[in-house]
Amino acid sequence: MIEVKNLTKRFGDKLAVNNVSFEVSEGEVLGFLGPNGAGKSTTMNILAGYLSSNEGQALINGIDILDDPIAAKKNIGYLPEHPPLYLDMTVKAYLDFIYDLKRVKLPRKSHIAEICEVVKITDVYNRIIKNLSKGYRQRVGLAQAIIGNPKVLILDEPTVGLDPKQIIEIRSLIKRLGENHTVILSSHILPEVQAVCDKIIVINKGNVVADDTSDNLAHNLSSDHRLSVRIEGPEKEVTKLLSTIPGMVDVKGTRMVEKGIYEYVLEAHEGVDIRREMFKRLSSRNWPIMALKSSELTLEEIFLKLTMDDVYSHGVTVANKDTESNDKETISGGEK
Amino acid sequence: MTAVLRREFTSYFSSPIGYVFLAVFFAFSGFFLYITTLQTGTVNITSVFSQMFTILIFLIPILTMRLLSEDKKQKTDQVLLTAPLSLTGLVVGKFLAAFFIFALGVSVMLLYAVVLSAFATIEWTVFFGNIIGLLLLGGALISVGLFVSGLTENQVVAAVGSFAIMMLLMLIDMIAGAIPIKFISDLIYKISFFDKYNEFTVGIFNFANILFFLSFMVVFLFLTIRALEKRRWS
Repeated sequence: MIEVKNLTKRFGDKLAVNNVSFEVSEGEVLGFLGPNGAGKSTTMNILAGYLSSNEGQALINGIDILDDPIAAKKNIGYLPEHPPLYLDMTVKAYLDFIYDLKRVKLPRKSHIAEICEVVKITDVYNRIIKNLSKGYRQRVGLAQAIIGNPKVLILDEPTVGLDPKQIIEIRSLIKRLGENHTVILSSHILPEVQAVCDKIIVINKGNVVADDTSDNLAHNLSSDHRLSVRIEGPEKEVTKLLSTIPGMVDVKGTRMVEKGIYEYVLEAHEGVDIRREMFKRLSSRNWPIMALKSSELTLEEIFLKLTMDDVYSHGVTVANKDTESNDKETISGGEK
Repeated sequence: MTAVLRREFTSYFSSPIGYVFLAVFFAFSGFFLYITTLQTGTVNITSVFSQMFTILIFLIPILTMRLLSEDKKQKTDQVLLTAPLSLTGLVVGKFLAAFFIFALGVSVMLLYAVVLSAFATIEWTVFFGNIIGLLLLGGALISVGLFVSGLTENQVVAAVGSFAIMMLLMLIDMIAGAIPIKFISDLIYKISFFDKYNEFTVGIFNFANILFFLSFMVVFLFLTIRALEKRRWS
């Protein structure tokens, strides 16, 4: 449905997108993950036909966005980072305008009413957009993208600036849309992308650093082998005991959280589960575990990991080594 | 194109701009009508038209300043440029919206003519020649304003910029007159708006002049399209 080949975009001297390639099949939800300024929005702008690429190709439904922009754009619904709303219009007038602009053939009244129902803006239908809250504006922006039922939806940070309840609503909405649309969405929040997307592309400084299914990437990145644990017991002795567990790489970051209870961050070798061994040893000394959770990597750590680790930067799949041979997804950074 | 046209046209009336433009246009044309015809006891309305030349230079930038600049600033250009719509359709839609507002202002001249015709017979052919001349002049100036608006995202810059260009167009005769080399001054006279518009107001219906204003519009609409296209590449 979407095919991107060696896309490169420069703003003056600055390389915003560097040789990015990926594919999205019909009905797939693709997540674009990356820090601010990574090139997510630029890539999306190129896909939507707002910007032109310096090199490379972007095909929407087999149509090059530069060769036949009008035909390609008919297949796209785009929600940019800032919802492109005319603040002086009412929601009704705005959606009517978008309907005309996209030359939608569906029955006007029922189609717009249905979309308002889906994104839950029916109760603000007659209000002026200027007076709407951020959450409602975002939803009007989303409604704008869905009008005309385009095959491809490109959503740039659709949940940014929303409250937690709205975020959950929008996420489940995107999930539902993903059932009969091809969706590309960007985010800098890992759990969000993980929750909604089938496939994830991690992009940093204009380069694709990882391209894999959501599960594989999560498995590789969420790092089962890093634990944060709270133990009641003398700090030095506990540290000493923990570091003797086989497979343990590092024990660090101790601090007292409650009286007599210290927090430790443990790092073990990949593929080694230290939890059972830790429990046995601690219980034999009668030092109770007060809390135990796998410590999640922050996005910064993931990037550090993805950009520093050789596995991720030399064209080898991000997936587990054993799936490497049958996994087609390679990292385009390595294809240069 | 019609979607853009309709939205732009109605947006003139959801902000004060449309009302202010029409009010000022009506006020000045009414004032000139009073001075040049009613007070002097003639039904020759052409001097009202020749006075409007100066007024347009001040009024047209108000009409065109936000056409494209505001879209860029509010990022609404993202919805326009990613819609299945050609740049030509977008630019022509915007142009026509401003032009129709302007034509709405010009239509008051019909009312004046009807009122005057109660006192004496009016030379209707001259009058309609004048109307066409004014519409062409306005269209040419709107295309300049639209172009400048497409270059910036600041309304004020767009207004001042197009005002400056229109002033230049008005003063071009003086500039031409100040140049001693005949060849160059002749060349500059060739693009004089004032001369060509004046021919309309004195009742000369010259096809060359019509063609001049029309091609001027086309050139600036084309430049506007190129300016938008360039923004996409830079």
